[in-house]
Amino acid sequence: MLRLRVNGETHETLAESSETLLEILRERLGLTGTKHGCEVGECGACTVLLDGAPVLACLVLPDQIEGAEVTTVEGLADGSALHPLQEAFVALGASQCGYCTAGMLLSAKALLDEQPDPTRDEIRAALAGNVCRCTGYASIVDAVAQAARTLQGAR
Amino acid sequence: MLRLPRFSYLRPASLAEAVAMLADHGAQSSVIAGGTDLLPKMKRRQVQPAVLVGIAHLEALSHLETTASGAAEIGASRTLTSVLKDAGLAHHQPGYAQAAGLVSTPALRNTGTVGGNLCVDTRCNYYDMTEDWRTASGSCLKTGGELCRLASSSPRCWAISSSDTAPIAVALGATAVVAGPEGERDVPVASLYRDDGNAHLALGRGEILTRLRLPAPDGWRSSYVKLRRRSSMDFPLAGAAVALKIDRGVVEGCRLVLGAVASQPVELSDLVHGLVGQRLDEEAIEEVASGASRLAKPLDNADLSYVWRKRMVKEIVARAFRQAAMSEVAAVV
Amino acid sequence: MSAPREWAGRRLGAVPGGADDGDGTFRVVGKAMPRVDAVAKVTGTTVYADDLSFPGTLHCVLLRSPRPHARIRSIDVQEAAGLPGVVAVLTGAAMPTRFGVSPSSEEEQALAADKVRYVGEPVAAVAARDEATAREACKMIHVDYELLEPVTSIDRALEVPMDEPIHASSRDSNIHRLAAVEFGDVEEGFAASDHVREDVFFYEGSNHLAMEEHSATAIFSDGQLTVWSSTQSPHSVHRALSSVVGLPMGHVRVVATPHGGGFGGKVDPCAHEIVVAKLAMITGRPVKCTLTREEVFYNHRGRHPVLMWVRTGVTRDGRIRAMHFRTALDGGAHGSLGAATTYYTGALQPATYDLPAYRFEGCRVFTNKAPCGPKRGHGTPQPRFALELHLDKLAEDLGMDPVELRRRNYVRPNSRTVNGLRITSCAIEKVTDEVLAASGYSRRERREGHGQGFAVSAYLCGAGTPMYLNRMPHSEVALKVDRGGVTVFCGATDIGQGSDSVLATLVAEELGLERSDVRLVTGDTGLTPVDLGSYSSRVTFMAGNAAIEAARKMRTTLAAAAAEHSGGRPAEMTVAGGRIGPLSFEEAVAAAEELYGTLGSVGSYAPPPGISTSKYRGSAVGPSPAFSFSAAVVDLDADRVSGEVRVNKVWIAHDIGRALNPVLVRGQVEGGVYMGLGEALMEAQAYRNGLLHHPSVLEYKTPLSSDMPEIEYLIVEQPDPEGPYGAKEVGQGPLLPVVPAVVSAIHDALGVWVDEVPVTPDKILRALDARARGNDPRTGPRAFPKIPYPPCEKVAIPDAATAAV
Ligand SMILES: Cc1cc2nc3c(=O)[nH]c(=O)nc-3n(C[C@H](O)[C@H](O)[C@H](O)COP(=O)(O)OP(=O)(O)OC[C@H]3O[C@@H](n4cnc5c(N)ncnc54)[C@H](O)[C@@H]3O)c2cc1C
Ligand code: SF4
Ligand code: FES
Ligand code: FES
Repeated sequence: MLRLRVNGETHETLAESSETLLEILRERLGLTGTKHGCEVGECGACTVLLDGAPVLACLVLPDQIEGAEVTTVEGLADGSALHPLQEAFVALGASQCGYCTAGMLLSAKALLDEQPDPTRDEIRAALAGNVCRCTGYASIVDAVAQAARTLQGAR
Repeated sequence: MLRLPRFSYLRPASLAEAVAMLADHGAQSSVIAGGTDLLPKMKRRQVQPAVLVGIAHLEALSHLETTASGAAEIGASRTLTSVLKDAGLAHHQPGYAQAAGLVSTPALRNTGTVGGNLCVDTRCNYYDMTEDWRTASGSCLKTGGELCRLASSSPRCWAISSSDTAPIAVALGATAVVAGPEGERDVPVASLYRDDGNAHLALGRGEILTRLRLPAPDGWRSSYVKLRRRSSMDFPLAGAAVALKIDRGVVEGCRLVLGAVASQPVELSDLVHGLVGQRLDEEAIEEVASGASRLAKPLDNADLSYVWRKRMVKEIVARAFRQAAMSEVAAVV
Repeated sequence: MSAPREWAGRRLGAVPGGADDGDGTFRVVGKAMPRVDAVAKVTGTTVYADDLSFPGTLHCVLLRSPRPHARIRSIDVQEAAGLPGVVAVLTGAAMPTRFGVSPSSEEEQALAADKVRYVGEPVAAVAARDEATAREACKMIHVDYELLEPVTSIDRALEVPMDEPIHASSRDSNIHRLAAVEFGDVEEGFAASDHVREDVFFYEGSNHLAMEEHSATAIFSDGQLTVWSSTQSPHSVHRALSSVVGLPMGHVRVVATPHGGGFGGKVDPCAHEIVVAKLAMITGRPVKCTLTREEVFYNHRGRHPVLMWVRTGVTRDGRIRAMHFRTALDGGAHGSLGAATTYYTGALQPATYDLPAYRFEGCRVFTNKAPCGPKRGHGTPQPRFALELHLDKLAEDLGMDPVELRRRNYVRPNSRTVNGLRITSCAIEKVTDEVLAASGYSRRERREGHGQGFAVSAYLCGAGTPMYLNRMPHSEVALKVDRGGVTVFCGATDIGQGSDSVLATLVAEELGLERSDVRLVTGDTGLTPVDLGSYSSRVTFMAGNAAIEAARKMRTTLAAAAAEHSGGRPAEMTVAGGRIGPLSFEEAVAAAEELYGTLGSVGSYAPPPGISTSKYRGSAVGPSPAFSFSAAVVDLDADRVSGEVRVNKVWIAHDIGRALNPVLVRGQVEGGVYMGLGEALMEAQAYRNGLLHHPSVLEYKTPLSSDMPEIEYLIVEQPDPEGPYGAKEVGQGPLLPVVPAVVSAIHDALGVWVDEVPVTPDKILRALDARARGNDPRTGPRAFPKIPYPPCEKVAIPDAATAAV
């Protein structure tokens, strides 16, 4: 029996030692907001936060999550109030097909948690492992910059 | 979706237990640290260990210390990110920090470890493929087959050493501390590697790399330049690590190590020997860089043309020398 | 990077009015607004195909061929069928009917039964309790192959097949399609030219690499088959399914799930969609199949590799007298939309330049590689690349400014091209002016290693003829209005481009509502009227016009009811701000229901007949109700020593007619530029010994966020007379000029030509080396093969009278 905390909730689930966090989230817990585009660490679609740091769920084993706090896209909003990053993604069209969005949001959140006022190059570097085929990244970088300003204003 | 094959996962309580577990399970077991190299390979069925022994959680492998003189000791299961965030390391060991920061992507560096990076498997276009692809192409020496797909008459495997931190660790004269059934031993990182793509590590069964020791800079400057197609994510197409001691423009000591041009990091000591006692001007850099390019023998089993990669060795070596020469003298006496 | 801004581009010359008869202002149209589905996407609640799960679902895995070309002697599934957990094993024998996305390509089998034609072609399928079991079972299927000689290049495909042709339909050769047509007298044009030049170019194939791997789930119950799939064209899947599994169209329902990216890769009906349907019918249980990334590369249908030869005659002052364009397409193993692709490689050259005489010869060959098909820009980025660079070289020959040379030959608004295309609105001059002014192209910094390149292009707003010949509408929309609200039913699918948002915008504008008042049901063949699919940039123009028609009918009905109710005249009933005359929208609806009963209206769109006048073999490809025009300038640094290229900035101006929603427009423009940069510098679906070189996201290189330059885009708004509110396409056009502009900029920087994309650093160095040795400073194909084109069909130049549109 694996005990893990996801978005503040504790779950107990049977998981094989060979199941990755990606499979546990999507197939055991029904949290399908976390996506996959390669399953071998090359696309970033499965990015989630493990104790606040972005990791690729497709390469995380159960042992690594025991006792850790996992944050997925489903845990970003506060009830129906969107996180400023989500708001900015909505407003600026930074999510087109939306498939890379969950991973982008979580990589961006980790960046802003650590560096509240990043430069555009820092934003680009932080998102470099998240492939997006729709946007050309520009609106995403804009959205992260806008969310940073919103968050700073709120501070 | 690609999934892992079945295996049993063991969580040793101590380093000694980990060593014992590996000894117990022998060839069918494997150490796993961050898993960012091993798990994709298992998903592609390149390797299928029946037992994984986790070491990422072990206390004994997780410390990080930089002394006042700048000597550093880094636990093997430290993540690359944690190394990058360490101010002492960035200050005293800029070349190493630079290399660690050039590995893969931010998320992968959050799980990828220092030890895993030094041990990372060799790479080849015929090997780093899915099971279906390899079935279509046929197996090779590295997957239990009879011949090398790259060079069919070759008796050996030419898979490429693709670690970004290995070349700089060698250039810095770093030491790996290895724990095994017989206890601990110190191995110069340079001796950690073998020139065989199919067995690139000189580690015995059940041996675990526990710490990386970087000597105090003592006036040496270092730098690592990585050749890759894109600004992130890509493995090195070639790497150049330089350690340099200069006094008033004159070279007192120099080490140059190439990455990703052979099955192990390639130290070019003869080539740079002549630099000692010389002024490090553009002409000297140019000459060494050309020599390095001549000696490098990349093969047609990585991205882009091997002719171009060979040619680019000259460029990155020159860049690494210029960077090292410009970098601040690290250690303050 | 300049100061952070939310609105990174500029809109130019917005003209009020347009298609509407209103007062020149719009409430919803033209406003920057989020996508209608944006919140679901950022909260992770959108349910994509692989997120669906039904109780009792079986998981399907396809066994794929490890051989590029082989006859199948036998398939033994016994061992696999006996594996515990396996419920059904399927082979091609159970589904002999062939299918394809267009009637000219109905040669695919969902599972190959007699022979395999590429590595990765599906030969058998297993449905099991879980994916791992199904995968294990696949390894227990024994296929006995008799190897045939693989054909892996255009040159080889043009030779007589050693063993047998890849498809029996192409008789004793591997040539799939030949085209030859001449408009006007080309030889006469060359004779009258002061200068004639020939060039050869190559454009490598590429994959769409949509982030979502294809996925489909089927359920069969009570004689009804339902398939949920990440398809761009549920209608095509509907047709293929019905014919292969042998159910009437009325018993098959295809639901397009929200899309994780398409770019053309999900237009063709795919093997896995048909296999899950058949397995659901056999097992009586839901069956799901999600492809792995590697399988997506095998399924492919991506950009065709095209070899091109072009010969152009010009006068001393830069007027083109004649052009002769030849293409050879490496089609891979199947037809897909390849016949159309072949014609597309010749169709749009005259859409930007007024060619007095034009000859096009095209050829598509079959090879033993994953099938090519439609990718963003379908068959036009390749010739656009060749044409623009060829013009640069002509300008150099003439000692003329390359922009000036182009301007002297630009098409004019309201004209007819030599191949009979109707050009209506056309801002080619304006996009040129804008992009030049913004980039400072003519004043660019001249130093070794730095360069800028300029190019223009045109693209369709939907294909003028449907994928299969019929006289029915291309888009149909139904509108239901009652006490429960307003619902739009449309077969179009939102593949990320925002078509749902466009439909909601148009209907809201017409009915005086907010976008949030409009509910959408799209891409469901069981519920929505037919739409041909999301390809060739057709949705905004075609489904948009159909939606406007339906909404206007509804508006008339509601206004009549409101007038009757309030004792006024229908013409006095202003429809705006949630009111219809003196009534609220809801009151008007209630009044209308009382008066007329159930309220519904429909609209449909088919392009007007006048969009093409010329009739010849292939004339169905090219005509469109409108064309969009784009111009780009690329600024880059290219390293003489390493051959590495760093793109600093891209300026792109796009003639969109009207920006219905600037947020969506921006996304399409920047996304197109990004994909263009990828194809110019990195992307390649390349092969070695019949095996894919890079079937992974890591090795199939595509630009990352940290590789992207700044993009400045300029939206030119000159409403099109027939577009919905004057709007034209934006999904594909902006990709086109970027690729040649990159190569042109590299030439500007280093003085060498790389006549082949992707431009990798080694190709640049090879060209520099050639120059150093005193040879032609260029990398690229040397020669164009001898191709047995048929005699040219001669087509008269359209009468000048028909040109006045
Ligand atoms: C998309 C992608 C891009 C990448 N790019 C790069 C890159 O640019 N440069 C680069 O260098 N690497 C790259 N990598 C590889 C990998 O992520 C890194 O090398 C990482 O540092 C490996 O560390 P790890 O802890 O995850 O290793 P693991 O996967 O845990 O282990 C790697 C290997 O080392 C062995 N091992 C691990 N720790 C020890 C130990 N302490 N003692 C003995 N053996 C040990 C394991 O048995 C295994 O064989 C990339 C990987 C991916 C998926
Ligand atoms: S170098 Fe040869 S033996 Fe080694 S992995 Fe590549 S193909 Fe196999
Ligand atoms: S699915 Fe994990 S990185 Fe692609
Ligand atoms: S929005 Fe489609 S992949 Fe990023």
